[in-house]
Amino acid sequence: MGVKKSIPKIDGKGLVTGKPAYTDDLSPQNALIVKVQRSPYAYAEIMDIDVEEASAIEGVKCILTYKNVPEGLFTRAAQGYPEPSPYDKKILDKYVRYIGDEVAAVAGIDEKTVDKALDAIKVTYRQLKPIIDFEKAKDSDILVHDHDRSYSLFDIGHAPDRNLASSYEMEIGSVAETLRQCDVVHEGTYYTEANSHCMAEPHSSSAYLDLQGRLTIMSSTQAPFHIRRILANILMMPISNIRVIKPRIGGGYGGKQAVHGEFFVALTTLRTKLPSKMIYSRKEVFQSTYTRHATRTEMKIGAMKDGTIKAIDMNVLSNTGAYGEHALTVLMVIGAKSLPLYNKVEAVAFRGDVVYTNITPAGAYRGYGAVQGNFALESSIDELADKLDIDPVEIRIKNMIKVKETSKIFEVMGEGREGTPMIIESCGLDKCMAVCLEKLHWKDKYPRQVIDENIVRGVGLAIAMQGSGIPHIDMASCILKLNDDGSFNMMIGATDLGTGSDTILAQMAAETLRVPVEKIIVYSSDTDLTPFDSGAYASSTTFISGHSVRIAAENMIGEIKRAAMRHFNTDVVDFDGTLIRWEKGNISLPELAQILYYSENQEQLVSSGSYVSNTSAPPYMVGGAEVEIDKRTGKVKLLNFVAAVDCGTTINPNLAKIQVEGALLQGIGMTLYEEAKYTSNGHLINNSFLKYKVPTRMEVGKIHVEFVESYDPTGPYGAKSVGEVGINTPPAAITNAIKNALGIRIRKLPVKSETVWAMLNEKRQD
Amino acid sequence: MEIMLTINNQKRRLLIEPDEYLLDTLRKAGIKSVKRGCDTTSCGMCSISVDNKLVNSCSYYSIRAVGKEILTVEGIPEEAGLIADFITAEGAEQCGFCSPGLVMAIHSMKHDLDDFSMENIKHYLAGNSCRCSGYEGQHRAILKYLEVK
Repeated sequence: MGVKKSIPKIDGKGLVTGKPAYTDDLSPQNALIVKVQRSPYAYAEIMDIDVEEASAIEGVKCILTYKNVPEGLFTRAAQGYPEPSPYDKKILDKYVRYIGDEVAAVAGIDEKTVDKALDAIKVTYRQLKPIIDFEKAKDSDILVHDHDRSYSLFDIGHAPDRNLASSYEMEIGSVAETLRQCDVVHEGTYYTEANSHCMAEPHSSSAYLDLQGRLTIMSSTQAPFHIRRILANILMMPISNIRVIKPRIGGGYGGKQAVHGEFFVALTTLRTKLPSKMIYSRKEVFQSTYTRHATRTEMKIGAMKDGTIKAIDMNVLSNTGAYGEHALTVLMVIGAKSLPLYNKVEAVAFRGDVVYTNITPAGAYRGYGAVQGNFALESSIDELADKLDIDPVEIRIKNMIKVKETSKIFEVMGEGREGTPMIIESCGLDKCMAVCLEKLHWKDKYPRQVIDENIVRGVGLAIAMQGSGIPHIDMASCILKLNDDGSFNMMIGATDLGTGSDTILAQMAAETLRVPVEKIIVYSSDTDLTPFDSGAYASSTTFISGHSVRIAAENMIGEIKRAAMRHFNTDVVDFDGTLIRWEKGNISLPELAQILYYSENQEQLVSSGSYVSNTSAPPYMVGGAEVEIDKRTGKVKLLNFVAAVDCGTTINPNLAKIQVEGALLQGIGMTLYEEAKYTSNGHLINNSFLKYKVPTRMEVGKIHVEFVESYDPTGPYGAKSVGEVGINTPPAAITNAIKNALGIRIRKLPVKSETVWAMLNEKRQD
Repeated sequence: MEIMLTINNQKRRLLIEPDEYLLDTLRKAGIKSVKRGCDTTSCGMCSISVDNKLVNSCSYYSIRAVGKEILTVEGIPEEAGLIADFITAEGAEQCGFCSPGLVMAIHSMKHDLDDFSMENIKHYLAGNSCRCSGYEGQHRAILKYLEVK
């Protein structure tokens, strides 16, 4: 009925034809405009703020500074409670810790008035020396959180006196001892840059008081229930007095898994009793939301001559910028969602520090550490194979994880705490490898093709995994309600941020109820009207929210049968999605609904389902790149990218395919173009689309995505996640391809033409 | 100041600031398909047609549009609906925020291009960015739509 079908997104046509759908489209017409004064310094103490002149400007309705907002510390990270991120942020603080940090918020009747007031605010700063270089941050004399009482809710290795937002270490077996026994050991250090999400819709939120005076927030958030909780805690309001509505979102990719403007519109509206809205400028999105964590990863990996990998050591330094949002969890995912790929090692160790610096904070971004880890690990595997003189495909096939196997990592490393033991119930890595090699014409093209004296082509690949939600933490729920025409309202907490989750969850409900998808009317992400859901992150929606929908639908079948049995006074009925049959006849679902609501024994049929998982079935993929390099300029052109993906059952193959294609292009951007670059005094250079280079349609070579046949018995209808895994392979696959083409190994992203050119010239001189 | 604009074949009397851009004027006038994606005329999410020319409404002064024909997705419901069918059939709209601008760019492209090679299409639409789809789905949809047209 519903699943394994490429139906269009249920909201798609409305969005494409421009119906009002996003936060700014739906905000009250007369909303006050809220804008924020931001710090011009990377690190400073505010000695004084004078808002007298600004307040006197006609049309200015509210000015917020650190002097008149609640003081409590919190984390902007929208995660389950208690959050594994340090409480190191205030709504507004006496200290500003990066260029773009909030100093004051002004609300006024229009943008010009607000701009005038922002200019009229006089701030006296005492500048402090910032720490920008993350490799010098740990135990530096300069402490980013020296002046607050930042703390964590449980042990996350938070040590502000050492500039550590978080740290973690674990070891299984003895890595040092096992490496000594290895025939070959590869050591290498790999760098990834901070990247910006560049979602189409800037972060947006609005607020108004409803008829009963309750605070209603509309926000482009990926986690409305967490936003409600964080607001309630810091504003010291009961949760029952806050409603958070998520309308359609113009993309997020993790960038909206945090509190952004919500506090400012909430406080403005609570104080003025007037509606308000805050729409980030693109510069603010770049400068003052957050980026991916930049990392340095030191790898040691050892193997025997026959290619058996015996030990892996991964040592990470991660840069969280001014605040530690998602610091520990991203760090742990760097190891937890890469190292299990090689599960047969005798010893494995993972260590990491997440340091504070005075730049834009880092936070959640698609891949959530897995892509940083994958770059280091999958580059190392090729380097190790090179040293062993073994084919890079062969070494992977020999060592990679297979179905019915496990990895001790699953048990030891979770997200922010210990993990959960798990047997892999589906793993199509071998099939993915075969598809990738075939579609990339690996046999003919590996390692390189010399086109002429200047142009060389090379192929390279990488394998990857992700998870499907966070076991024992992520919870999702669903309520189904039968209508009097036999259709169903489906209320879900799950947050569709453009992914199509409303659609695929409707498909799952339709599949279970055996009704057409059109019979499912979806309403999602409204804390007043839909049941709880952790939010759209950690690749959880298909897997966790999907199960909650399945359970609610199964319960609805039970309700329908129960009502029919009572009506027909019988013990046995059957429901096939269309007809309810009993021994003496049958009745259609709409007919039963009519009776139930209008005729006799009237009652409303409602069912619910909620789900928390004890596993997190990893999706897998093999990504293969073919690059062409012009040796005269070092310019790398991506000709082909082949992605063979095992995400279990594809609930909606088209939507799954687009998820992978989009993730791949973000991964390709991260590999070849994108970096958030700071001057030595902490100024973000590329804070616009003119300077921050995302791939346009001109840069897209051929992208080929193929799903291998797979079914995971722990997933709803056999499905695993698909939203994130696609981003993980491009960095290693492309740099491996460059190595195979030119013989040079790039260990720092993004790959720049000048780097390739310089390395080539160095090589020529050698 | 008060001006008269022709938006989607309708004359509208509107109050604007002298330095106001069409993007803001249109959104204030209830035309919500026109989106702001950046501050630097780089993203194409505010693409509209003025006198049959594709423009970024974020950098087009409203006062300049007096006496001209302004067209947004709301003004071409049938054509937009058909393009939407092809885009959604591929799942290529994803978050949808860039889609109305893309639809207007496709609308203009049909007038402006003679040769609909992939190269030409990509070049024409290069200013309409999308971060969700990876573009491949959009291109599949556009080729199929042009075939039908």
